[in-house]
Amino acid sequence: MKKGFIRIDKELCKGCGLCIAACPKGQIKIGNKLNIKGYHPAEYTEKEKSKKRKCTGCALCAITCPDIAIEVFHG
Amino acid sequence: MAKQIFKRPEALKDAIFHYCPGCGHSIIHRLTAEVIDELGIRERTVGVPPAGCAVLAYNYFDVDMGEAPHGRALAVATGIKRARPDLIVFTYQGDGDIAAIGTAETIHAANRGERLTAIFVNNGVYGMTGGQMAPTTLIGQTTTTTQRGRAPLRDGYPLDLSQMLGVAAGSVYVARTSVTSPKSILKTKKAIKKAFQVQMNDLGFALVEILSQCPTNWKLSSVDSCKRIEEEVVKSYPLGVIKDTTGKGH
Repeated sequence: MKKGFIRIDKELCKGCGLCIAACPKGQIKIGNKLNIKGYHPAEYTEKEKSKKRKCTGCALCAITCPDIAIEVFHG
Repeated sequence: MAKQIFKRPEALKDAIFHYCPGCGHSIIHRLTAEVIDELGIRERTVGVPPAGCAVLAYNYFDVDMGEAPHGRALAVATGIKRARPDLIVFTYQGDGDIAAIGTAETIHAANRGERLTAIFVNNGVYGMTGGQMAPTTLIGQTTTTTQRGRAPLRDGYPLDLSQMLGVAAGSVYVARTSVTSPKSILKTKKAIKKAFQVQMNDLGFALVEILSQCPTNWKLSSVDSCKRIEEEVVKSYPLGVIKDTTGKGH
């Protein structure tokens, strides 16, 4: 299985939660911290370099994200 | 070495969208920009934004934009296209713009078969002004001006503009899609691409109606707004290709 990871720009994210509904592996959640606009941005729950991560880099979260806050990487 | 497979399209500037959380406008902006990039037409594309939530679209698209008076985007676009037929001209309009104040301009642009691409974002309310009833509001839907729900005998029936434009002889491609899930977003992108290709091949008028969520004015969460479209709105506005004569006699 291909491995991937995502990076969420916390200043672009408005915490709408559409990516959470889109992620087939359930690896995104709404964080506790506020961003500069006062939203609670989404957080990626896995570590980029972890070997146990479930993210396959399918990019469904990024396709759904209205604010282009998510970048997707393979590898 | 990590390889980046998804990033911001080049036809969008590095600006933060002013749209509410979960709004469909931002998704449709991105899809349009991706299509412009993929077709390689960024240097010769002109967009015409509407009055409404998307009035500031010129702050986001990295192409030439010319603002139109409320509802008259297709009339302004007609002028641009006729003066410079080598340009690719698209309009980006909401339902209060294209289906209410601009109905006459819209129908005649389609009927003349203007070589234009119209992107019609239908969320069933006047979003920018605070969620009043639009012609496209569903029967029974609560808005700030229909507080007990839209009653047909008082407020009229939902206007199916895309069906009307499908009847116009000059329209070549009319489709209705949504942006509620990754699958429907990818379908919408295909439809927008086709609508641009219709213009590039000089065939006639193309319009894509996109059912879009408005969590703020519907007073629902983003995810529930998407569910509402999938369960309720599509009953009044069925998804699919309404007219496609690209393969016939052109």
